[in-house]
Amino acid sequence: MKPFAYVAPASVDEAVALLAEKGERARPLAGGTDLLVQLRRGRFDLDVVVDVKRIPELTRIAYDRAEGLTVGAAVTCAVLGEHPEVRGLYPGLLDAASIIGGAAIQGRATLGGNLGNAAPSGDAIPALIVLGAEAIVAGPDGGRRVPVAGFCTGPGKTVLRRGELVVAFHVPAPHPRSGASYVRFIPRGEMDIAVAGVGAWVALSAGGDTEETSRVEAARIALAAVAPTPLCVESTGAALVGRAPVEVAFEEAAALAREAARPIDDMRGTLAQRRHLVGVLVKRALRKAVRRALGVS
Amino acid sequence: MDADVDPTVAGPPSPGLSVVGSRPPRVDASDKVVGRARYAMDVSLPGMLVGKVLRSPHAHARIVSIDTRPAEALPGVFAVVTAADLPPIDPEDKRASGEQTFQDRTFASRKVLYVGHPVAAVVARTEAIADEALSRIVVQYEVLPAVTDVMEAVREDAPILHEGLRPRSLAGQDDSPTNVASYFEQVKGDPAAGFAEADVIVERVFRTKMVHQGYLEPHVSTATWNDRGDLTIYATTQGSFAVRDHVVRLLRLPMSRVRVIPMEVGGAFGGKNSSYVDGTAALLARKARRPVKVAMSRFETFQATGPSSGTVIRVKMGATRDGRITAAEATLTYEAGAYPGSPVGSGAHVMFSPYVIPNGRIEGYDVVVNRPAVDSYRAPGATPACFAAEQVVNELADRLGVDPIDFRLRNSASEGSEALDGTVQGSIGAVEVLEAAKAHPHYTAPLGGANRGRGVAHAFWGNWGARSSVTITVNPDGTVALLTGSVDVTGTRTSIAMQAAEVLGLPLERVKATVGDTDAIGYSDVSAGSRTTVATGHAAVKAAKDVIAKMCARAAEIWGVPVDGIAFGDGVFRTTGDIARAFTFVELAGLLPDTGNVVIGVGNVDVGDWGASFGTHIADVEVDPETGKVTLLRYTVVQDVGKAIHPVEVEGQLQGGATQGIGWALYEGYDYDSNGQMLNPTLLDYKLPTMMDVPAIETVLVEVPYPGHPFGARGVGETPIMPPPAAIAEAIYQAVGARVCDLPMTPARILESLGII
Amino acid sequence: MAGKLLVSATINGEAVEFLCEPQQSLLTCLRDILGLTGAKEGCNDGNCGACGVLLNGRLVNSCLVLAAEVEGCDIVTVEGLASWQGLHPLQEAFIAEGALQCGYCTPGMLIASKALLDRNPNPTEQEIRSWLAGNLCRCTGYDKIVRAVQAAAQHLESSRRIERVAEKG
Repeated sequence: MKPFAYVAPASVDEAVALLAEKGERARPLAGGTDLLVQLRRGRFDLDVVVDVKRIPELTRIAYDRAEGLTVGAAVTCAVLGEHPEVRGLYPGLLDAASIIGGAAIQGRATLGGNLGNAAPSGDAIPALIVLGAEAIVAGPDGGRRVPVAGFCTGPGKTVLRRGELVVAFHVPAPHPRSGASYVRFIPRGEMDIAVAGVGAWVALSAGGDTEETSRVEAARIALAAVAPTPLCVESTGAALVGRAPVEVAFEEAAALAREAARPIDDMRGTLAQRRHLVGVLVKRALRKAVRRALGVS
Repeated sequence: MDADVDPTVAGPPSPGLSVVGSRPPRVDASDKVVGRARYAMDVSLPGMLVGKVLRSPHAHARIVSIDTRPAEALPGVFAVVTAADLPPIDPEDKRASGEQTFQDRTFASRKVLYVGHPVAAVVARTEAIADEALSRIVVQYEVLPAVTDVMEAVREDAPILHEGLRPRSLAGQDDSPTNVASYFEQVKGDPAAGFAEADVIVERVFRTKMVHQGYLEPHVSTATWNDRGDLTIYATTQGSFAVRDHVVRLLRLPMSRVRVIPMEVGGAFGGKNSSYVDGTAALLARKARRPVKVAMSRFETFQATGPSSGTVIRVKMGATRDGRITAAEATLTYEAGAYPGSPVGSGAHVMFSPYVIPNGRIEGYDVVVNRPAVDSYRAPGATPACFAAEQVVNELADRLGVDPIDFRLRNSASEGSEALDGTVQGSIGAVEVLEAAKAHPHYTAPLGGANRGRGVAHAFWGNWGARSSVTITVNPDGTVALLTGSVDVTGTRTSIAMQAAEVLGLPLERVKATVGDTDAIGYSDVSAGSRTTVATGHAAVKAAKDVIAKMCARAAEIWGVPVDGIAFGDGVFRTTGDIARAFTFVELAGLLPDTGNVVIGVGNVDVGDWGASFGTHIADVEVDPETGKVTLLRYTVVQDVGKAIHPVEVEGQLQGGATQGIGWALYEGYDYDSNGQMLNPTLLDYKLPTMMDVPAIETVLVEVPYPGHPFGARGVGETPIMPPPAAIAEAIYQAVGARVCDLPMTPARILESLGII
Repeated sequence: MAGKLLVSATINGEAVEFLCEPQQSLLTCLRDILGLTGAKEGCNDGNCGACGVLLNGRLVNSCLVLAAEVEGCDIVTVEGLASWQGLHPLQEAFIAEGALQCGYCTPGMLIASKALLDRNPNPTEQEIRSWLAGNLCRCTGYDKIVRAVQAAAQHLESSRRIERVAEKG
C-alpha cells in the first residue's frame, strides 16, 4: 500500500473538518474490509485515512418504540446481530447484515461501510431501502438526512459532498403488521458477492391472519447486483397494494421486477441468469416478509 | 509382511504389524497447531531486503526496450535485474534454443507470452520502495494479438507464440508456424468395426476451464550468499533438489555451492514442482550483496505460476445391449499455456484404462496459448479426461438400462488386461473398489426428496516410483534419527518413519524423522506423483535393513562369531549358533560408540515398480430447479490404497483430493477477457470450496496389497481428485435431467441446460 | 510522508509496544515486527481466513486491520492459545483427529474455532461449517476439522461440568 497518515478523531466535528480539508485525499475508515483492499489495489491514493470508530455517535445503537432504530454507521455487523431489539424487530436487516462475508468479516464490516462503498451488490443497501431507512449525514455545512433509497448514484458513487460523513442510520419503528427480508443468490455457501439480491418489505392492513385473508397496505422491493446501483423498484411495490399476498400476486411482482432490472453479463453472473434470479428471489423475499408480517415465520 | 493379505477395509494394524496401519498423531502436528512450524514466508534474516517482480501487462508483446535506470536511482533500491543479468547463451551451442526458453521463463528477453510474465525484478529496503521502483522501470512493448482460447489457437489464422515451434511427431509434414506443440495418436483394433457392432453409441464434447492448485501459501523464496560464493535458499517446494537443479542451471553454479533448505510447505498439489522465484531471489541477493526475500502475492500466484490445462475433449463410446463396450474414441485438446508441455498424454492414458475395450483411437493435441505455462496439478491432465470419459460411461449405462457399477464391472480391467494405449495392468484393485462401492449403504440409500440424484464415477491414477534417499543414524540410547530428502507435503515424514520403525522393531516415538536440505542428504525426486510413502518408504526400509545388517555385523565383532550367525527379530539380536548370546536393540546401540562408532543405515533407491490406485466415488446432490444451485448431500470415496500405512493421513488425502475435485466440478475456473487478462485472480472470485460447500466425506479404504512394496502400499493422493466432476454431473442429470458437459457446472450452466435461461 | 506510530496493545496477555507505519496491517506487524508468525498471509484481502486473530474477543482478518487501529486493544493469536498447563483442547483435538495436513490454514482455523466455541459452546455441524466458512483449507476437505471442533466442544463441555460439580461439592 502507498503510505498515508492515520488519524482517529474523537468527535464528528473533527472528522468532518478533516474530510472537508482533504477532500478526495481522505476517506473514512470503519471496518476496512473494502477500503484496505481498495487501497492495496491502488483504487484510491490517499493522504490520510480517518478512523471513525472512536466517535461515540458512530458506534451506538439505540431503539425507541416511537423513534425507531438508530444505528451508528460504524457498528459492526456482528454487534448489530447481537442486539436484542434488532434481532426481534428488524430481522430483515439482519438477513442482509449477517451475510456480508463470513464470521471474520462480520467482526469488522459495517452498514456505513457497505453503503459508502456503494457497490451495486451491497447486501445491506436493499434491506435498508425497503425498511425506509435514512442516512444521518454530518457535513461542513451542517447535517442532513438522506433516504438510503437515493444514496447511491453509480458504482462507487454516492450523494455525499466534500467533507460529509454518514454518522448513523435511522430506521422507522416497525409497522405493527409488517415484515421485511433480504435474500440473495451466491454460488458458494458463503463468502461471495451477490449475483442478485432482493430486499422486500410488506405492511399488511389490519385483520386477516392468513395470506389469503390479509391485504397489502404497502410494499417495497429493492434489488442488488442487477443495476449500476441498488435499485428501488417502485412499480413492484405499488402493484401489490390492496391485494392478498399470495403466489399469483408475488408472480406479478416478480415479473415487474424482472422488467425493471438492468443486469449485465460479468464473471459473477450472466444477464439472463440475473434477470431470471430477480424473479425467483422476489417471490422468495416476499414470502418470507409476509410470513414475518403475519408473525408466523 | 504378508503379501497374501485379503483385500479388506483398513482397521487396526494387521497381525504381525505394530506400527504400520496404526493411527499415531502426525509428528509435525504439534508445531503446526501452536504456530511454531516455519514456512518459507516466516524466514527472516539479518539485513534482509524485499524483492519484487515486474510483470508484463500484456498477454503477447515484443519487448522493444527496458530502461531500469530510473528505478536504480531511487533511494532505498539496492539492485534491479533483467534477462540481461542471466548468463550468456552461446548461439552455436545446440542446446541454445532450449536454454533460451529456460531463461525466458525467469525473465522474458524478446517476447512476453502471458499477462504476468516476469520482465524485471528489484530489491529494496521496504515493500513500499520496491513497489515504487517497479513503477519507475520503463518497458516499451510492441503489443501483439493474443490468443487465449485453445480452439482459436489451432486455427490457421491464429497469432503464433513461438515462430520456431513445430509439433513433434508431425515433423516434416508441414513446416508452417503453429501453436500445436505436439500431437499423438494411438489406435487399437478396428474402431469403425467396433462402433458398427455397438447397439448404442454416445458421443459428446466436453469443455473444462483452466484451474489452479489453490495452495494457500503463495510462492516465496529467501536467498542469501556468503562472500565465498555459497548460496543458501529457503524455499517452499516439493523438491529441494529440483530447486537446486533449477538455480544451478540458471546461474551456472557448481552444485556444491548451492544449498536449498526446504521449509514447511503450505500446500503444493503439484504446483510447487517448479521453481518460480528462487532464481530471482538468488540473482537479486547476489547483486545487492544482501539476503533477499521474494514473495508472490495471491494475484501473482494466480496470474503467473503453473495452473492446470483447460481442455476440449470429444468422447465417443459404443456398447452392446448386454453392456459390453465395443469401441471408444477420444480427441483431447489441452492448453499448454505459454510454453509446450500440457499433461494431455496422461489424460489420454487414464481416460479409458479402467476398462477393457477391444477397439479404439485416442488422439491428443498440446497447444500453446497466451496464458501462464501449465504445471502439474494432482493427477495432471486426468480430471478433465475422467470427467469426459466417465460421463459417457454413465450415459451409456443409463441408456442401456444397466446399473452403472455393474456396467463398469462387466468391462473392468484386471491384472494382465491391456488398455487402449497398450499398457498392461499390473496388480490392481479395480474390481474390488467397484464391488465395495456397490455394497456400501450409500449406494442404495433412499434419496429422500425431489430434485435429488445420485451419480457414480470410477478412475485410477498410475502413481510413480523414482528416486529417494534416507539415512538412519542409531543414537547410543537406541533412538534413531531418520533423515530423508523427500519434502513432506502430505504427512510422509510420519508414514516413512512408521515404516522404518516397523522394520527396526521400534515404537514410532523412538524414530525422529527430519527432512534434510540438499547438503545433508542424497538426491530425492520431488514429492509428487503419489510416490513418497511408497518410494521413500522403500528407501526407509532399505536404510532400516542396512542398520540391522550393520548392527548384526557389530554384534558379531563383539561376540567374536561369524556375522551369518546373527539374526534380528522382535527387537533382539541373537546368535543362531550353539552359544546363546543376545542384545536388545537398546543394549547394542549403547555399545556402538566404543566399538567402532556410530551405525548409519543408508537407503538410496530408484523405484521402478509401483502400483496404481483405483477409486470409485458416489455423490448425492440436490438441485434447486429455480436457481440451478447444486447442494452436495452425501459423498463417499472408495479407494484401493494397497496398505494404509497411516490410515488417518490416507483418509485425509481422499477427503482433500475429493474436495479439490468438487471445486473443479462446481466452482473453479479461470476467466479471461479478450486481452488475455485474468478476470478473477482473487480468492473471492476464484472460488475454492468452503466448509459449507462440501458435506462430510466418508472414506472406505480398500486394501489390495501391492506385491512390490514391503507393506503392500500404493500411492493414494492423486486418484481422489478425478471422479468428482463426473459423479456430480451424473447426479445432476439424475436429479433434474440436465446433462452438463462444461466445467465448472455453475448454476447458470445448469439453468441453461434445463432451458430455463 | 507520515512518520511511524507507537502502538500499545495487549497481545496474548502481555502488554506490548511497537512502532509501525500507518499503512501496515496488523498481520504484517504481528509477523514482521513482533515475530508472531503463526498468523499467515494467504490472500491479503480477507477471503481465506489464514490471518485470523481475536481482536477484543472478536474474530477478524488481521490483513484487513491496520496496526494503528489496535491501540489499547486486546489481541489473541495462535501463539496465545496454549497455556503453561498445556495445549488448548482445540489444539489437542486437531492433533488427535488429524485435522491438519500442511498446517497453513491451521492457526486461523484454530482461532476461528475458539471464537465459535466462546460464543456457542455446543454448535451443530451446520453451525460449525457456517462459522468457519471464511477459513479456506485446500488440503483436508474439512471433514476432520469439523470432527476436531466437535471433539473439542465436547471436551470443554465435560470440563465445565466437572468444574460445576467441583464448585458445588
